[in-house]
Amino acid sequence: MNITQGIKMAMSSILTNKLRAFLTMLGIIIGVSAVITLVSLGQGSTKQVTEQVQGLGSNLITVTITGRGSQTSLDYEDVMKLNEKSAIEAVAPVISQNVTVKHGNKNEDVSVEGTNAEYESVRDFHVQTGRFLLPIDVEYRQKVALIGTSTATDLFGLTDPVGQTVLINGNPFKIVGLLEEKGSSMGGSNDEKLLIPISTAERVFATKGVRNVYIQAKTPEEVDLAVSQLETELAKKFRGDEDSYRVFNQQDILESVESVTGIMTLMLSGIASISLLVGGIGIMNIMLVSVTERTREIGIRKAIGAKKRDILIQFLIESIVLSGIGGIFGIIVGIGGALLVGSITNIDVAFSLNVIWLAFGFSVIVGVFFGIFPANKAASLKPIEALRFE
Amino acid sequence: MAIMNPLIEIEDLSKLYQMGDETLKALDDVSLSVNKGDFVAIIGPSGSGKSTLMNMLGCLDVPSKGNYWLDGQKVNKMSDNQLAEIRNQKIGFIFQGFNLLPKLTAFENVELPLIYRKVPGKERKELALASLEKVGLADRVHHRPIELSGGQQQRVAVARALVGNPPILLADEPTGALDTKTGNEVLELMHHLNEQGHTIVLITHDLDIAKRAKRIIRIQDGKLFEDGGDFL
Repeated sequence: MNITQGIKMAMSSILTNKLRAFLTMLGIIIGVSAVITLVSLGQGSTKQVTEQVQGLGSNLITVTITGRGSQTSLDYEDVMKLNEKSAIEAVAPVISQNVTVKHGNKNEDVSVEGTNAEYESVRDFHVQTGRFLLPIDVEYRQKVALIGTSTATDLFGLTDPVGQTVLINGNPFKIVGLLEEKGSSMGGSNDEKLLIPISTAERVFATKGVRNVYIQAKTPEEVDLAVSQLETELAKKFRGDEDSYRVFNQQDILESVESVTGIMTLMLSGIASISLLVGGIGIMNIMLVSVTERTREIGIRKAIGAKKRDILIQFLIESIVLSGIGGIFGIIVGIGGALLVGSITNIDVAFSLNVIWLAFGFSVIVGVFFGIFPANKAASLKPIEALRFE
Repeated sequence: MAIMNPLIEIEDLSKLYQMGDETLKALDDVSLSVNKGDFVAIIGPSGSGKSTLMNMLGCLDVPSKGNYWLDGQKVNKMSDNQLAEIRNQKIGFIFQGFNLLPKLTAFENVELPLIYRKVPGKERKELALASLEKVGLADRVHHRPIELSGGQQQRVAVARALVGNPPILLADEPTGALDTKTGNEVLELMHHLNEQGHTIVLITHDLDIAKRAKRIIRIQDGKLFEDGGDFL
């Protein structure tokens, strides 16, 4: 008996009992579709998060000052000296406060960030119309501002915000640029904010000193060097107190995201294996029932010349076909489910061919593994006893 | 030994069953030879050992002791797989209860022995159709057993037994599940096949049926008696 003949026999035997076959497959269908749906959504959201982290800017390092004793911040001039380090490309200090911004009779609570011209390249954040902050704005404490897209819509509606004036803490600022739309990234929306020169911000907010600094390393390879140069410098400033400042780099964030998703994938695989195991037991159960029901058939087949191997292959193929078809249905349901959940919850969906193959392969292996015992039972029946079975 | 070897040669064959402390001798040192072209009826009441003999002759079971040559091959020491091959090549079974596979059509039932013999599809189809034609069922090829009468079902079973052209047809109460008229038709068919040169061993409890064979062997308490003994 060859394989094609075996598959034909298996198909006709499965088709004579469609409902039972479907219920048997259900375990495999649920297992495989659960893996594909969950992993696709998981990978999709990982991709989204990774893109958001990368959207912060390239080769980005963030320094946050928490302070030690009376020294709770760094001077603007000291911060700008960090730029002299060999691995550092650009430095953009930020002073931020949530304030009410007024235009006409409209009020909006937004985050206003005081920074310098380097911010554009460090954060990879550009204007779509107008101009960015210039060094001269910082030098002369110009009352100019850049506006995020959402805030612009809230305050000005459809009118072009560039050239308009807003009041920040009662001080009039001229809008010189409309920022590009960036969506949200780690640390909130990028589109609901105003950027003003850092020197102006110190005045308006009546604060002195910088607590947040964005720093760009020259190349991705030099990020680690830049971090250690920063740490040496900061340790000197705070006399070796490592708790007074924190240095993050984008790579660390990406790595922690990856480790979280790694654990998630592992857990999902665990759940999936359990459901496939349950499905496999279902297949074994039904195959055992089928062997008993078809004892006489096995006897007849043996009487007319079927060898042990022929019967073994027949039942094994039947179990593999069951689990394989279950796997294919599972893939279809899984892809459909992921697309559906993705569109409802607005999560990106990323299908991985590897995962689909793995899930299908696993379901076939389940068929082999749980089919061997019943198939062997069938093949070992003695022909006279099987023929006598009523 | 004669120039032409007998098709079936059984020598001092016994089959013992252990029933608790007692040993039951289902077959007790029996010897038998059947030549090519024979039509032998083995007759005996139930419990006489005729089913056991049928299982031995059909290579469905192995003897406790003794020798059995079938078509020149010694089969009593063969493995399960070798026996399966012997059954496939040398024996055509016709059972009392037809023993057709209910989910398969007449044609599929008939081609089954050839599938296990690994005959290619095209040749298989020709042989199966020819065999069904021989038993007069050319117009019932795609019917399932349930759609056929008892006589037709038994003729499908005969076609299945014939399809591989085995040297021996082994019929176990072939008319047992049929009424007298259709039973006669099946016996006619077997007669016809014997005339065409097929060797037939028929097992029955019915003397009228046994009388239609060329040779009658009686079995009682596990022993064989040539030419019917008391029955005739």
